[in-house]
Amino acid sequence: MIFKLALRRLALGVITIFVVSVLIFSVTELLPGDVATAILGQGATPEAVAEIHRELDLDHPAYVRYGRWLEGFLKGDFGNSLTTNEPVSVQLVPRLMDTLALAGLAALVAVPLAIALGLLAAIFEDRALDKIISTFSLATISVPEFFMGYLLIIILATNLQLFPSLALVEPGMGIFERVYAMALPALTLTFVVMAHMMRMTRAAVIDVLQRPYIEMARLKGIKPWRIVIQHALPNALGPIVTVVALNLAYLVVGVVVVEVVFVYPGMGQYLVDAVSKRDMPVVQACVLIFALVYVLLNLLADIVGILANPRLRHPR
Amino acid sequence: MSDPLLSVSNLQITVPGADGPRAIVENVSFELQRGEVLGLIGESGAGKSTIGLAALGFGRGAVRLSGGEVLLDGEDLRQMSEAQLRALRGRKVAYVAQSAAAAFNPARTIGEQVIEVQLRHGLASREAALDQARTLFAELALPDPEHFGDRYPHQASGGQLQRAMIAMAMAGRPDLVVFDEPTTALDVTTQVEVLAAMRRVIDQHGTAALYISHDLAVVAQMADRILVLRHGRMVELDTTEAILHHPREAYTQELVAARADRMKELAHAATTPLLDIRAVSAAYGGGAHKVLFDIDVSVHPGETVAIVGESGSGKSTLARVITGLLPPAEGRIEFQGKPLSPALAQRSDDDLRRIQLIHQLPDVALNPRHRVGDVISRPLSMFRGLRGRELETEIARLLALVDLDPALARRYPVQLSGGQKQRVCIARALAAEPDLMICDEVTSALDPLVAEGVQDLLLDLQRRMRLAMLFITHDLGVVRRMADRVVVMQHGRIVEQGTTSEIFTPPCAAYTQRLLDSVPEMRIGWLAERLDVLQTQPV
Amino acid sequence: MMKAFFRALREASLSAWIGLVIVVGNALCAILAGWIAPYDPADPVGGLWEGFTAEHWLGTDQLGRDMLSRMLEGGQLTIGIALAVTALAFVIGVLGGFIAALGRGAVDQVLSRIVDALMAIPTLLFALLVLSVMGTSVPVLIVVIAILESTRVFRLARALALDLAAMDFVEVARLRGESMLWIMRREILPNTTLPLMSEFGLRFCFVVLFISTLSFLGLGIQPPAADWGGLVRENAQAINFGIAAPLIPAAAIAILTVGVNLVVDWMLARQGKAMLERPA
Repeated sequence: MIFKLALRRLALGVITIFVVSVLIFSVTELLPGDVATAILGQGATPEAVAEIHRELDLDHPAYVRYGRWLEGFLKGDFGNSLTTNEPVSVQLVPRLMDTLALAGLAALVAVPLAIALGLLAAIFEDRALDKIISTFSLATISVPEFFMGYLLIIILATNLQLFPSLALVEPGMGIFERVYAMALPALTLTFVVMAHMMRMTRAAVIDVLQRPYIEMARLKGIKPWRIVIQHALPNALGPIVTVVALNLAYLVVGVVVVEVVFVYPGMGQYLVDAVSKRDMPVVQACVLIFALVYVLLNLLADIVGILANPRLRHPR
Repeated sequence: MSDPLLSVSNLQITVPGADGPRAIVENVSFELQRGEVLGLIGESGAGKSTIGLAALGFGRGAVRLSGGEVLLDGEDLRQMSEAQLRALRGRKVAYVAQSAAAAFNPARTIGEQVIEVQLRHGLASREAALDQARTLFAELALPDPEHFGDRYPHQASGGQLQRAMIAMAMAGRPDLVVFDEPTTALDVTTQVEVLAAMRRVIDQHGTAALYISHDLAVVAQMADRILVLRHGRMVELDTTEAILHHPREAYTQELVAARADRMKELAHAATTPLLDIRAVSAAYGGGAHKVLFDIDVSVHPGETVAIVGESGSGKSTLARVITGLLPPAEGRIEFQGKPLSPALAQRSDDDLRRIQLIHQLPDVALNPRHRVGDVISRPLSMFRGLRGRELETEIARLLALVDLDPALARRYPVQLSGGQKQRVCIARALAAEPDLMICDEVTSALDPLVAEGVQDLLLDLQRRMRLAMLFITHDLGVVRRMADRVVVMQHGRIVEQGTTSEIFTPPCAAYTQRLLDSVPEMRIGWLAERLDVLQTQPV
Repeated sequence: MMKAFFRALREASLSAWIGLVIVVGNALCAILAGWIAPYDPADPVGGLWEGFTAEHWLGTDQLGRDMLSRMLEGGQLTIGIALAVTALAFVIGVLGGFIAALGRGAVDQVLSRIVDALMAIPTLLFALLVLSVMGTSVPVLIVVIAILESTRVFRLARALALDLAAMDFVEVARLRGESMLWIMRREILPNTTLPLMSEFGLRFCFVVLFISTLSFLGLGIQPPAADWGGLVRENAQAINFGIAAPLIPAAAIAILTVGVNLVVDWMLARQGKAMLERPA
């Protein structure tokens, strides 16, 4: 029963990924304007246009090109960049690793901190601690990512001179050097993701704490900390894990902006550059990878939600 | 007499309001001896549950016990610290809530939750506690008592959960149990089982109890004495015997009278039926889930036919089929001798006008953004083409007809009481000048006295306008008052039908008999008689 | 009407007042930008990144242009475009959501699956994808962001309408033979104004952040015109010299967002109260 539901969700996830890939591919097809002229400008010579057409494989019908593109993608061949003529994969892989390192570092700090603070805010609902945490998270959410980034640079890098303002990571750096270089962007990302995660954790736990069975436990004379651990947490765990997965998916967006702020040589920076240069193969590859991560994390959130539901785990 | 177990004097309970604290319970005093059961009765908002929780030193949300004394075994709960109260709760005084489905933690087994009190208060070892729980499950007639505790809450039925909650309350061997409407959410036949289980356990363990209910007949089965409450104040406190037979206060007298049985005089059956349902079957989900099987019912002009059954019997589905919301899978429906289109979209305006439906919950049957006048004016202008002054006069007339002040036309539904809202719904139905009114549990969400008023109104309207009514209900007392003929349904089939006196006079179908027997009667000792009968015949 | 409005203002809390002042102030500045700007926003009138002075209240930018005048012009662009986008997103989303909820069946399936597909990718990624193909221009920006944001509005409107469609008063209207359009307009819409209005405020904030982010990335409003996000980008280099110039437009975005949030909270609280104590 429960595995059937989880499997069904998994199947849905696979379909979503397929739909997303079609969508990404077809946006280039359906939108008005010839890509070649768009890239080269109005005064392009016919030879140059033909060259682009060959490069983008525009002479074959769309479904054939989609098939080839997808096949290449699965083999790790994303085609050649239009601007540098290098294979996209060569440029992409090291950047992907750097981005994963940045996002991973942020997640490592943000997740435990957000859960702990969200839990505390919920338990002390409407008291001073909760109000401080809630105000802080609301303020963080209302602020654009780049504001947070520059604010941290001004305070921690320029004034206090604790960290470098630009996150220049190079191959061959030691792990501590690397973490030190990434500190500010990772901190910025942490703040941005933590706020959402904290607010949602707080809401999920408060929702559970208002259920009648919590009142019942109080009326049975159970100690407050035991009520939280034995009655509230088992029911809040599912929602909390869902919250964490959903917000990690949000990192995908945050990382693009933060990389640009700190001139961090990751995939987000690469994507933004490619968009302004209209380097379609690069854009398609980056968007598809980001989208995959996003879809997979959402899928994970839903499957955990299904597995954590006691009604489904213990069928009648 | 020895010192009382619970002694409440001049209790005042408040909630914070816009201009300082507002009292929701005022000046309530009573005593409860060991082993005694005191019934608390009153309408919604009378403060029954609040007083019940006060016996555990507990106030929900912002509720404060702001004055008076609550002495349990001579110690004032109001003076105790949270830790002292915690030591008391579950062990000395326990609580049984109305909805067991919500009061059990869905993530843990029933057994774990039942023995929690003993473990956490250090009353017994895990093994001993589990043992005691099994004994309690057996006493409460729960299925497979050896392994019942291994189930999760969603694996038990509503009636079973309610009994499991009684086991949870009794596990700490408390001196006092507060029962807060423990059977209100149950069907009548299930209610009898739970009442019986409660009675048995209380008697066996000599536990004292506060029994909270809005149903006087139920309280009469459980309580030695009854305290009548209204708007947070005491109306009357006396023995059950005296409250039932010699109520002193006018309000108590009304309460007692509202429950008294009255049988309607039979209307004269006309020759041709107004509504004729033949061999109708229906299903939800495109035929996947069958809910009605082979239904034959007819309603004559000026007649009231009651459809009776427990939840899941298909009685409300029948209303959806007649109104066209759910086209039947098989069978046909005739109205005034002509076939009625199965689907709503194909019915003429006149067909729509002639059949009016009144819903159970007036709160969701009235658009909160429409004034009362707008609610009634729409059918008037749509079906009868009324405009301007004519429209205004007719709205005022209809409001007066349902005993409402015509000035209410300018109000929004939030500003009306439950009874007033239901009267507005009736006025809206009457505005269409219908031939048939379908009333779907129209009084079951109302307090007893308000419900009685609405029933009287419907009876009166019917006599004056020769309306035909299809009255859907689970309450056999209402059936007796309202109906000329009765149709009894179970699991989507008709079990029996006949005139009201035929149905209510034995012999009748086994299920009907069980339904009739399960309705608590307002006399002391009814439950004991039922228990004897139940023990001699298998359920 | 006016009296009730002033009474509401008198009773408003401090946070509501702060929110109102911010929102009204921003609106006035956006409308009057051309008249109150002390300098021509395109004219280099001072040195590079001058600090706050009597002549240049907010200093000057990387080309020596007056920052205050640039900020006023940028605010007009940011707020104007965000309003247009939000309004368009609501027209598309609410209409689609209501039609899906009341039409049920195939209509609902098709619309909901389209929205699911659009929402399977973060909006920023989708926007980047489309902009890389179509190029950046104001009309393209407005339409693309409006369509992407309308998916959230669609979800909300559909859920609200589905909830309401299950209410007995809608059933009564159907039994009376009312048309779908009438039910939508008279039974459903009045009950959704409050949640939709607060959603409008929150969506507006998202759109402001979204447009600013695109401009910051260099993919939104193109130079020489600059909205607030663009101003951050132009002045980003200042940060390396310890100059806070890019923080000024960034802070303006943050303040506007907070202000709108505070006003939305105030409206929600007031409407909730008004529902309970309407005068007879």
